Amino acid sequence: MTLDRRNFIKLLGGASGLALAGHAAAQGKAPAVSAGSAAEIMPKGSARRVVVIGGGYGGTIAAKYLRMLDKSIEVVLIERNKEFVSCPFSNFYIAGLMPDMKALTIKYDKLAANHGIKMLHADATAIDAAAKMVVTSQGRLAYDRLVVSPGIDFMTDEIEGYDAKTPEIFPHAWKAGPQSALLRKQLQAMKDGGTVVIGVPLMPFRCPPGPYERACLISSYLKKHKPKSKLIMLDANPDVVSKKGLFTKAWNSYYKDIFQYVGGQVTKVDTKAKIVVADNFDDYEVAVANVIPPQRAGNIAVAAGLTDDKKRWCPVDAISFESTIHKDIHVLGDATLLPSDGGAMPKSGYSANSQAKVCAINIVALMNGKPTTELSAINACYSAVSETESVSVSHVFKVVNGKIKITASAVSPADFSIAKIEKAYGESWLKNVMTEMST
Amino acid sequence: MKRKWSRWSLAAGALALSATAFAQTPAQTPPTPEMVSFACAGCHGTNGGSAGLLMPSLASQSKESIVDAMKKFQSGERTSTIMGRLAKGFTEADFEAMGEFFSKQKFHATNQKLDKAKVKKGAELQEANCSRCHLDDGKDGKDDTPVMASQWLPYLQMQMDMYLSGARKMPEQMAEKVKPLSREELDALLHFYASVK
Repeated sequence: MTLDRRNFIKLLGGASGLALAGHAAAQGKAPAVSAGSAAEIMPKGSARRVVVIGGGYGGTIAAKYLRMLDKSIEVVLIERNKEFVSCPFSNFYIAGLMPDMKALTIKYDKLAANHGIKMLHADATAIDAAAKMVVTSQGRLAYDRLVVSPGIDFMTDEIEGYDAKTPEIFPHAWKAGPQSALLRKQLQAMKDGGTVVIGVPLMPFRCPPGPYERACLISSYLKKHKPKSKLIMLDANPDVVSKKGLFTKAWNSYYKDIFQYVGGQVTKVDTKAKIVVADNFDDYEVAVANVIPPQRAGNIAVAAGLTDDKKRWCPVDAISFESTIHKDIHVLGDATLLPSDGGAMPKSGYSANSQAKVCAINIVALMNGKPTTELSAINACYSAVSETESVSVSHVFKVVNGKIKITASAVSPADFSIAKIEKAYGESWLKNVMTEMST
Repeated sequence: MKRKWSRWSLAAGALALSATAFAQTPAQTPPTPEMVSFACAGCHGTNGGSAGLLMPSLASQSKESIVDAMKKFQSGERTSTIMGRLAKGFTEADFEAMGEFFSKQKFHATNQKLDKAKVKKGAELQEANCSRCHLDDGKDGKDDTPVMASQWLPYLQMQMDMYLSGARKMPEQMAEKVKPLSREELDALLHFYASVK
């Protein structure tokens, strides 16, 4: 084991780091752009208009279902990228089990053409809730209702030494695309015998089972190709936060010689010396470090003042996901904070998909002066535990007294007796969910 | 460890605060067929038209077949992986709503690469053996008999394997017809159903 212990005064170092950092927080502040200063684009005609920000798991589905439910509503989908790459299943790519990211990638042209959605490839930078205007890199545009599905951004100032360039050396790969490619490349270039560290942030974060699935698949890769290497997971949470029994079983039965689960929060990174420091009194000399920073709602949500007083997540109601801060603005997916009674909806792709449909149904009702409908939603999520086996977690959500309640929640059997077939089901899940988003 | 726990309780406090800070106006009507059924599409495709090879299309299934399947998943009478777990979160009224929704959706035709000889042989077998319940070449079904036409071949093959192994219980009439048929003949039948558009 190449693990190197040194005698840093970590508690002190960590604390001063937290207090001093701040440079990275600037991206979360509201930009000094007022809606009035940018030229108006796509002027609104007589049709009612919903603008959707973010073409991911939530935004594409909201845009599509709004149009499916009421063709008289004009829908504009704002997305900065020409393609979307799915985080679900990107661990397969990272671990070398997919040749490329094609199966994870969608374009927007068919979706837009099939449903008459107007695409705007631009960066949404601010929202003027009073004037009902979105400011983008191409100009401002008006809305009657706005759906914000911004995903997550990172609270990097909580990690000492973490700056804008850190992910280029220590990739988070928690937004799929170039970051996934970088982590894969680093793993493949690593010499046998190296130490890989995965740093898991405190909950809540995007995709609770994601880090643990990644631990399984990277361990599997190392076991096969670099068996002298080690993978250490530093988990800031008091325990494994998702599918614990199943992941623990996989680690113990398949990856014992490779994988080690350690309690500890990453408090400091040094990309030059290649060191990751944790609050468990250890620091780690790494060959590859996958540090996943703590998360909050995507930048636009913070900039628009849609987040709570911690500037982290966006409080919304459980009917149309309307912001409880700004009227006529709805927030979906990872960015939300929902009123829940005993267990929140996980920040998963499937949750965002399901929420988007609830949101669309009730936005259409509200815009047409019709009664709203009680939420009914699902989360269904597959995680790989090895190259050939997956496990699943499923939830059904209903609303009781205005709060989301889980009416069913279960995971796969602990003996992996259906894990091979669930691997195949997972592939069909991906195919259907990606087809739903892109057609 | 102490610091972590205090952070946890802080986060929990924030959650509790935001949840109660705003008065909730309840939604006005109980879940509609759309509300209950849209959520299924993440796995079964938009409006129940599946693109995933192991997921059945629900589009154009009869209300009876949907309700029957969901009840059997819920009770455990029908073996499943995730469906039984999900079905437990829904009521019989929800199943009715799902049946209402999916029965009104347009038949989902698929394009699959299939062995033509098997399709031809399967067509003859279907006519002679199965057509009393699997109506209109499998595009319709008697009572709770599901729509077989255009389902993905891997899905159909997996279900047939489950029937033959006893993991899924065959209705009596089906068992009578299936018993004399060889594996090859059954596979030809499945090819035929997969080919029907």
